[in-house]
Amino acid sequence: MVKQGIYKILYNYALTDTVYSMVLEGDTSALIAPGQFVNIKLEGKFLRRPISVCDYNDKTITIIYKVVGEGTEQMSKMKAGDTLDLLTGLGNGFNPEVPCEKPLLIGGGVGIPPLYNLCKELLKLGKKPTVILGFNTKSEIFYDKAFEMLGVKVIITTVDGSAGVKGVVTDAMGEDYDYFFTCGPMPMFKAIEKVAKTSGQFSFEERMGCGFGACMGCSCKTKYGNKRICKDGPVLYREEIIW
Amino acid sequence: MVNTKVNLCGITLDNPIIPASGTFGFGYEFAELYDINRLGTFSFKGTTKDPRFGNPTPRIAEVESGMLNSVGLQNPGVDAVIANELPKLRECFHKKVMANVSGFSVEDYVYTCEKLNGEDQIGWFEVNISCPNVHGGGLAFGTNPQNAAAVTKAVKKVTDKPVIIKLSPNVTDIVEIAKACESEGADGISLINTLLGMKINLKTKKPVLANKMGGFSGPAVKPVAVRMVYQVYDAVKIPIIGMGGVMTAEDVIEFMLAGATAVQVGAANLVNPFACRDIINMLPKTMEKYGIKDLNDIIGGAH
Repeated sequence: MVKQGIYKILYNYALTDTVYSMVLEGDTSALIAPGQFVNIKLEGKFLRRPISVCDYNDKTITIIYKVVGEGTEQMSKMKAGDTLDLLTGLGNGFNPEVPCEKPLLIGGGVGIPPLYNLCKELLKLGKKPTVILGFNTKSEIFYDKAFEMLGVKVIITTVDGSAGVKGVVTDAMGEDYDYFFTCGPMPMFKAIEKVAKTSGQFSFEERMGCGFGACMGCSCKTKYGNKRICKDGPVLYREEIIW
Repeated sequence: MVNTKVNLCGITLDNPIIPASGTFGFGYEFAELYDINRLGTFSFKGTTKDPRFGNPTPRIAEVESGMLNSVGLQNPGVDAVIANELPKLRECFHKKVMANVSGFSVEDYVYTCEKLNGEDQIGWFEVNISCPNVHGGGLAFGTNPQNAAAVTKAVKKVTDKPVIIKLSPNVTDIVEIAKACESEGADGISLINTLLGMKINLKTKKPVLANKMGGFSGPAVKPVAVRMVYQVYDAVKIPIIGMGGVMTAEDVIEFMLAGATAVQVGAANLVNPFACRDIINMLPKTMEKYGIKDLNDIIGGAH
């Protein structure tokens, strides 16, 4: 169920040169699953900015965003105490309650944040997740420590080999998993689809109009008919995706 | 107490606020957010003879004070609309609804309207001859008075419900097209559909939309829309539904002064899903602010 509200910024700080973490205080009751997103109204911008939820509790929402354009640039300059108009509770989110013991969480760059709350949920369910975080280079790494503090095994990959395993996430997947959850760029998805041995869930990104299913701007074709990434996704099961 | 009731082609609306086609689906998803029975009515998602996925993505782009879309009439086709969508709509909306219909030939329009004509809840047909996002149809009817007249005449033959023709702003003379529709029996005119636009990404140096061009809507287009409603009001006797960048109750009043009997709200729904509810809430106060007791008194008041 979508809710609209005004949220107060508690923290907004840089994790890397371009990636920021923002903690917002307000009504979080519309969030019911890891991997959902919020849609943020910004001064002077017509459409909202959809950003995935990294973590939430009964008072706050944490989002992690990369500065990629004017909107996110504007967000990066906001200060504690400033307010934002958010739509929350958007998207289906991940389903952590699938049968599995040793799920693999695979995140690429700014696709990593929604896996954090998912990881917590999986731990609550008594599962033993392993996390693979893929980056281009060492200076881009963020949230590795946050995952480690949850007590899970974290594997870093960098394309240039400046930290962790040299290569891409699929070079670190191995075979010791019985399910996977992933969020990241399309080339990473295609590589995972090629080598993955199990079922899994992919969280997609698409340019959206509304973010709540009204405009049909972000539709995709699946094996079970047309779906809207914003409302029927962003998480799709491996079995339904047409590559 | 102010009066917000208006009469649209023989059917009374509690207020002139109508969510525009393509921004409100078949209503039931908005019904989870607020009581959509507060609306005057709404125009449901553009329906065609056959199911359509629409254009490739990305098909949304933001521009200054507005947006582009190149959705391309995604809909499940008239049979699935009747079988699956209208029953769900009926559950949550208890007023007459406006059926937005599109096609690629005169026969398409006739086929779809004939099929929908048996649905009691449909109060009006809004015949879209102005979609800029499909090739070989839609817009081709809306840019030529003879074609617009031919569609109007053919649809009028298969229904007794009021037929409202939705016009394109992408023409040299919208008045001529409105008059052509009226002369073939159109019961109303709605305008404007989106303006054809484009955005280019400076990093990729290519158009942002996969379809390259798309329909431009939002507050930026409002002056064009107000002007066209004003011009058409002078030329036809049938009621006009005005739309284009409506965000506030003030905008509603402006369109009515230009000559609109009712007003559609489109892009605003996508930014604020509660936009129509908020506009309806603000309307009485806004009327009082401008000394308006009855909305019927101001229709065409700027002439």
